[in-house]
Amino acid sequence: MGDLHSGLLVAVIALVTLLLRALPFIIFGGKGKTPAFITYLSNVLPCAIMGMLIVYCLRGTELLKAPYGIPELIAGGTVVFLHLWKKNTLLSIAVGTILYMFLVQ
Amino acid sequence: MNIRYAWKRSLPVMAGYIVLGMGFGILLTSKGYSVVWVFLMSLLIYAGSMQYVAVDLLAGGASLISAALMTLMVNARHLFYGISMIDRYRGTGRKKPYLIFSLTDETYSLVCSGDVPAEIDQKKYFFWVSLLDQSYWVIGSTLGGLIGNMLTFNTAGIDFSMTALFIVVFIEQWKSTRNHASALIGVTVSLVCLLIFGGDNFLIPSMAAITAVLTLLRGRLEQKESGEKNNG
Repeated sequence: MGDLHSGLLVAVIALVTLLLRALPFIIFGGKGKTPAFITYLSNVLPCAIMGMLIVYCLRGTELLKAPYGIPELIAGGTVVFLHLWKKNTLLSIAVGTILYMFLVQ
Repeated sequence: MNIRYAWKRSLPVMAGYIVLGMGFGILLTSKGYSVVWVFLMSLLIYAGSMQYVAVDLLAGGASLISAALMTLMVNARHLFYGISMIDRYRGTGRKKPYLIFSLTDETYSLVCSGDVPAEIDQKKYFFWVSLLDQSYWVIGSTLGGLIGNMLTFNTAGIDFSMTALFIVVFIEQWKSTRNHASALIGVTVSLVCLLIFGGDNFLIPSMAAITAVLTLLRGRLEQKESGEKNNG
């Protein structure tokens, strides 16, 4: 494929991504007051989205075939346990990731 | 002080973005694209999972329409981030366009609660976290494009760092709210949609269903929230 077509593809992907990020601000972000419904959503969405992102990250986990999601369960459980215990973000993430890499390799 | 604080908070993203960025750089250069392409894509697109998808689109010479549709599907979740940041990004002035452009999953996880200590300027924190995160991504991917093929270290499983980041943010949010309905709705609805629609197609149905459920429960959730404020 030529450079021109590749360049156009990059431009299209960049523009659509930017449009998705900007659209809510364009529609609701004007000078006026934010509609009450949107304010409500902005309060309750972050928790729901974080839950959705965790499911999104783990979507490829095979539960019915070896290793039956055990590495995800052990590493994820370790992150939860460490974070509730030590409350140190970096520690929880580093230990969880290293443990997961060890388990899958 | 603002930069130092933002840098500290962004450290988990630094680790993940440098490694995942390198992965992108290695993948794209392995398809015969130069490191300039890697750099420009990370600078202009700046969307982790979409850039991985873009490697296939570029290498396969996809049509512009199919690239646009694919981007819409993969990145539709960004609509959610915008909706929840409208009020928090108000009054950010000249920084606002960049804040909106750079609102990735990971940056969103660092700005969505809006919590900063009293001595930190929240708007400057938003800006520095956004800028630092993108520099990690650009540096990581460019490095990957330059020296990636010299590495022999087995990185399988390293993308779990992002999962772990989201788990940590989820716990923090859980502890800082008394009403866990929306967190539970997010997890349950996404799981149900994952079972019904499968891993490649579940995000958009999940978003629609989460919005629908939250809308239906608005009366009850808002009542509870104002009850909490009165009690607190």
